Amino acid sequence: MEKIPILKFGEFLLVTIQVDLYDQLAENLEADLINLVRKHHSRGVLIDISAVSIIDSFMGRILVNIAKMSKIMDAETVVTGMQPAVAITLIELGLHFEGVYNALNIEKGMELLRSKIYNLDEDHDIYSSE
Amino acid sequence: MTFTVQNREEIAVTIEKDAIFFRNAVKTYATKISMGLLYQTKIITAASEIVRNLLKYGGGGKAMIETVTDGRKVGIRLTFKDSGPGIPDLDKAMSDGFSTGKSLGLGLPGAKRLVDQFDIRSTVGVGTTVTLLKWK
Repeated sequence: MEKIPILKFGEFLLVTIQVDLYDQLAENLEADLINLVRKHHSRGVLIDISAVSIIDSFMGRILVNIAKMSKIMDAETVVTGMQPAVAITLIELGLHFEGVYNALNIEKGMELLRSKIYNLDEDHDIYSSE
Repeated sequence: MTFTVQNREEIAVTIEKDAIFFRNAVKTYATKISMGLLYQTKIITAASEIVRNLLKYGGGGKAMIETVTDGRKVGIRLTFKDSGPGIPDLDKAMSDGFSTGKSLGLGLPGAKRLVDQFDIRSTVGVGTTVTLLKWK
């Protein structure tokens, strides 16, 4: 069975999609990511789609699902590198990327993840000191 | 309106991976008429939605790619044919958010928004034919 590799990078999981997506492959990625978030207690998931030229409603929904599920498991999700033509097409298609953070590239995505998690942790500290 | 077909290819779509092969074939045709990247992305995404329906509801079928011209413009026309159960209520199927499956129901109406001409014909018990046209 074909799989998209997932790399563990500290408390983050890193995925760069370098192949053409089809439904089963996207569904496998969704399941694998959620399992790994649990296994490694990951705090953030970064998915780079800069090499992906087509995202339709199904694959888009999988990305939204990944973000929602990760959120429930206390991890934030950032999607990076979306091509302009893909972004325009998704909007026209009618898909809303709710709950998914976006960044221009992996570097900015990492920054965004760190800031999200850092801010969250600060909030927790305020609570615990009360 | 009458179109002249300049080029034609038919591809059988029976498994999910055929969708990738078909997407790439559309890309080749679109590149050949030097269609811009945005329009290419739009028609391939629309095709991807229809191919999913073809596989999921129609039990597979045939997809045809054509380069067509009306004398002034050149475009890509895609025709999808299945011999599935057909769609009983086309108006409903074409409305945003309607799905008999678990999807978002964006497939058909979304695909329509992405192309210049969209045509769907369905007969219950006979099958469904969808045609997409995008000018360069």
